Amino acid sequence: MSVLQRVAKPKTRRGKRVLLKKEPQVIEGPKRAIFFKGRKSSDKLRSLLKDFYDFKKPDGVNLSRKNDITIFENVKPVEDFCRKHDAALFMMGSHSKKRPDNLVVGRMFNDTLLDMVELYVESYQGLKEFATSKITLGIKPCLLFNGALWEQSPDLQQLKSMFIDFFHREYVENVRLQGIEHTISFNATPDGKILVRSYKVLLKKSGMRTPRVELEEIGPRVDFSLRRTKLADEDLMKEACKKPKELKVTKKKNISTDKLGTTHGRIHLGKQDVMKLQTRKMKGLKKTSAERKAEKTKLKKVFAVNNEINQVVSPF
Amino acid sequence: MDVVNKILENSALEAEKFKSISVEKNLELEYDLGTLLAIDNNDFDLKLLSQRKNDYLLDLARDNTQLLLNQIWELPTERVEEAIVVKLPPQKTVLPRMKPVPRPRPLTKWQQFAKEKGIQKKKKSKLSWDEQLKKWVPLYGFKKAKAEIEKDWVLEVPGNADPMEDQFAKKIQAKSERVSKNELQRLRNIAKAKKVKVPRVGVMNPDVSSAKDLQTAVTVAKASTASLGKFQDKLPKEKEARGVAAITPGASRKRKMPPVSGTQEKSENLAIVESILNKKPKLNIEKAVARHIRSEEQEQSQEKQTSGRKSSNNRGKANAKKPKGGKGQRKGKSGGGRKRR
Repeated sequence: MSVLQRVAKPKTRRGKRVLLKKEPQVIEGPKRAIFFKGRKSSDKLRSLLKDFYDFKKPDGVNLSRKNDITIFENVKPVEDFCRKHDAALFMMGSHSKKRPDNLVVGRMFNDTLLDMVELYVESYQGLKEFATSKITLGIKPCLLFNGALWEQSPDLQQLKSMFIDFFHREYVENVRLQGIEHTISFNATPDGKILVRSYKVLLKKSGMRTPRVELEEIGPRVDFSLRRTKLADEDLMKEACKKPKELKVTKKKNISTDKLGTTHGRIHLGKQDVMKLQTRKMKGLKKTSAERKAEKTKLKKVFAVNNEINQVVSPF
Repeated sequence: MDVVNKILENSALEAEKFKSISVEKNLELEYDLGTLLAIDNNDFDLKLLSQRKNDYLLDLARDNTQLLLNQIWELPTERVEEAIVVKLPPQKTVLPRMKPVPRPRPLTKWQQFAKEKGIQKKKKSKLSWDEQLKKWVPLYGFKKAKAEIEKDWVLEVPGNADPMEDQFAKKIQAKSERVSKNELQRLRNIAKAKKVKVPRVGVMNPDVSSAKDLQTAVTVAKASTASLGKFQDKLPKEKEARGVAAITPGASRKRKMPPVSGTQEKSENLAIVESILNKKPKLNIEKAVARHIRSEEQEQSQEKQTSGRKSSNNRGKANAKKPKGGKGQRKGKSGGGRKRR
C-alpha cells in the first residue's frame, strides 16, 4: 500500500493545472534552461554563465548557490534540479585544479540525462567588456556554424545539436524582419578549438529590397576546447526525436493545386460494364416468356450447385 | 533614348553608393530557415585565422549572415500591425523533445467495460425536485447533504435486524466503506495506467470478497506448506481456483498461444479428432504373453479332465469355474449352485 499512497491527487484547481502543465504536451514550448555552479567556480565562469543566462532570459533560471556536484560521476542531483525547475537544458560551471574553467552543457529528456559535453573555457571576454548597444531581450538569433569539422566528429555533431537546442529558443511561424538583430556564430577550427562570437545585426540600405548586413560584436567572445563528452543513448535519442502523430502531415491523394491556386481533384472510376449498358429499347429485342423461364431455371441450378460446393468445403 | 540612358546611369551611380549584398562562396551554405540557421562547410583561411582572428571571424559571420538574410528576405511576407513579418518554413533540424510524445490516457476499468457494452454516460441535471421536502435539491454538495439529513430524520429498523443496532451509525459506516472502495479502485486504475505492480490486497472481509477470491485464497493457502500442499486433504467436490499459478507456490504456468490463422486452427483441430479416432490399444507384451500361456495351460488341463472322467460332471461348461464370493451376477436362488451358509 505504501506505493499507492505516493500517488498525489491535486487538492486545488491550481495544483491540478500545475500538474497538467508538467505532463507531456504535443506541442512543446521553448526549452527552459538552468545555470548553476559546481563546488568552486571562477570569475570567468560566473560571468560567462550570467551572459548565457541573459541570452536565454525569459526561459532561464540562474541558481546562485554552489553545489557539490561532480556531474560525470553522478547525474542524479542535476536531474533533480531539472525536474524541480521543469528545465530540459542545463549549464554548469566548475573550477578545479584538475579541470580549471570547466563548463558542462547538457540536456534532459523526460527528466533523465540525454547527453552532455564538457568544455574548457580558454579565453573569455564578457558582454560588459564590449562598449556597444545590446540586443532586445528574448529575441530569436540567427545561428551560424562555420567549419567543415562540425559534421565530421560525433562529439562536435552532438555539440552542434546542443547549441542549436540551447539558443534557437523555439520554432515560430512568423518573424518580424526588423526583429532579426542577433547572430551567434560557432566556429570549429582545425586546431580543435570552438570559437563562439555574438554579433548585433545592423541592416543598411543596399538600393535593393534585401538590406546590406553589417555586424557589430557585442560579446561574449569565448574560446572553448572539448573535454569529456557523454553521447546520447541511441534508443533514447530515437525516442526523444519522435514526432507526434498529430503533427505529421499525411499526403492527401488525388488532390492537387495548380499555379493559379485552384484545387483539382481526380476521381477514379471502375471499368464500365458494357454488357449492362442500356441501349435503345425496342419491342423486337425483348425476351419472350419462354426465354425468360429458361434463364430462371438456369440460375436456380447454378445456385443449387454453389450451395452444394459450400457444404462440401466447410468441415463443420 | 537620352532619358533611358540617364536613368540607367543614375541607377548605376546609386548602386555604387551602396555596398553589394552578394557573397561568393566555394561551397554553398546549408540553410534551415525555420531555425534561422546556416551551416558553412567551407574551410577556414588558416593564415587569416591565425593573424587577425577576430576580424576574420567577423567578416566570415557577416558574409554568412548576409547569405542567410538574403534567403529570408525571399520568403513570402505579410503585414501584421504595421510590421512586416515573414512566414518561416517548418524546421528541418530534428531536435529532441523535452518530454515523450503524449500517449492517450488509458481507460479505467469501468470505462473499458462501458465501452465494450456500449454504455453511454447520461447527463444528470444538477438540481432535482424532491417530493418529500418539496424543494429543489442539488445533485451533490453541502445542500444535498443537508437535505439528506433532513429527509432521514428517522430510519426504519429492518425486520430481521437486531433492534438495538444503531441504524444511523450503520449508514455512515456503509458510506465510508463505499468511499474507501472507490478510492482503492481509483488507485488501482492509476497503478494499471502506470504499469506499477501492486501487491494483492489478500482476502478481505468475507462479506466484501467474492466466492472467487475465497477460492483463490484457499488454493494458495493449501499450497503454502513446506511440501507445497502435497499432503493436504481435499474436501469432497473441492475445486481448485484457476489462473493463480503466478501466486501459487510450486505451480508452473502453462501458456499456449492461440493459433495464428484459421487454416492452422482447423488443421490442429482435425489432428486432434484423427488422433482420437485412430486410437489403437496399447500392446502390453508381458501381459499378453502371460495371458496366452495361461489360456494354453487351461486348455491342456481341460483336455485332461475330459479324457479322465467323462460323464461324472453334470455342470455346464459355463459353470466350470469356481464362483467367487460377492463377484459376478447373481441369478437368484432358483438357479441352483453352491449352498451358502
